[in-house]
Amino acid sequence: MAVEQRLEVPAQPEHLHEIREVVQRAAEAYGFDKDCVRDLVLAVNEACMNVIQHGYAGRNGPIRLEVVSQPDAIEFRIRDEAAPVAMSAWKARDLNDIRPGGLGVHFIREIMDEVCYLPTPDNTGNLLSLKKYQIGQGMDV
Amino acid sequence: MTAEVKMEQDYAVVCLSGEIDLHSSPQGRKLILACLHDGRPTLVDLSAVSYIDSSGVASLVEGFQLARERKLDFALVGVSAAALNVLKLARLDKVFPIYANVQARLAAV
Repeated sequence: MAVEQRLEVPAQPEHLHEIREVVQRAAEAYGFDKDCVRDLVLAVNEACMNVIQHGYAGRNGPIRLEVVSQPDAIEFRIRDEAAPVAMSAWKARDLNDIRPGGLGVHFIREIMDEVCYLPTPDNTGNLLSLKKYQIGQGMDV
Repeated sequence: MTAEVKMEQDYAVVCLSGEIDLHSSPQGRKLILACLHDGRPTLVDLSAVSYIDSSGVASLVEGFQLARERKLDFALVGVSAAALNVLKLARLDKVFPIYANVQARLAAV
């Protein structure tokens, strides 16, 4: 397991494009096809949006992204210093309910193979893991 | 992202281009809603959109709903492959009226 890339940006919307660029480069280098790269960029962007909008909710703080390359999967780890969130708080909305908002969680779950929170070293903030297996390697959750 | 409004017959055509994300989507949302608040049928041209996230999609949904409330025509035109992929993920590709381009919509009126 090797950490391929690291990026730390302020949790502000104008920095999301920097996160997307890192994800795109890492996913391309890992060998995912163009469509998969595009989807991974969207999923990580949505997770970071959640940190900005719901985690920090207007407060300042960092978002740290790590890309971990594994033999069978690529993992994006997103670290923040916002109030801890439980996976049970992630609610995708009913897609038949046509209204603005609430799509980010659906996108993440649809695109990624594994989504979970990992323990943080000091029990503060959150460490979200988004994992995508190579085709034929993973299990949908 | 860049955003501009053109007039085509009675229609306002909101042309969005580039990357629509949490940083830029408020600008597009404001234009779409302003056209509808002015009482204009509105088309949103997504042909030059290279990326759109859920905040951009939310702006389109908001426009769609306001148009319905106000009984105004609202459609997406020239939807790029990148934008269509996200609309499909959201299962919204069958909800929004989608046309190949502005002329195709105007011809169908």
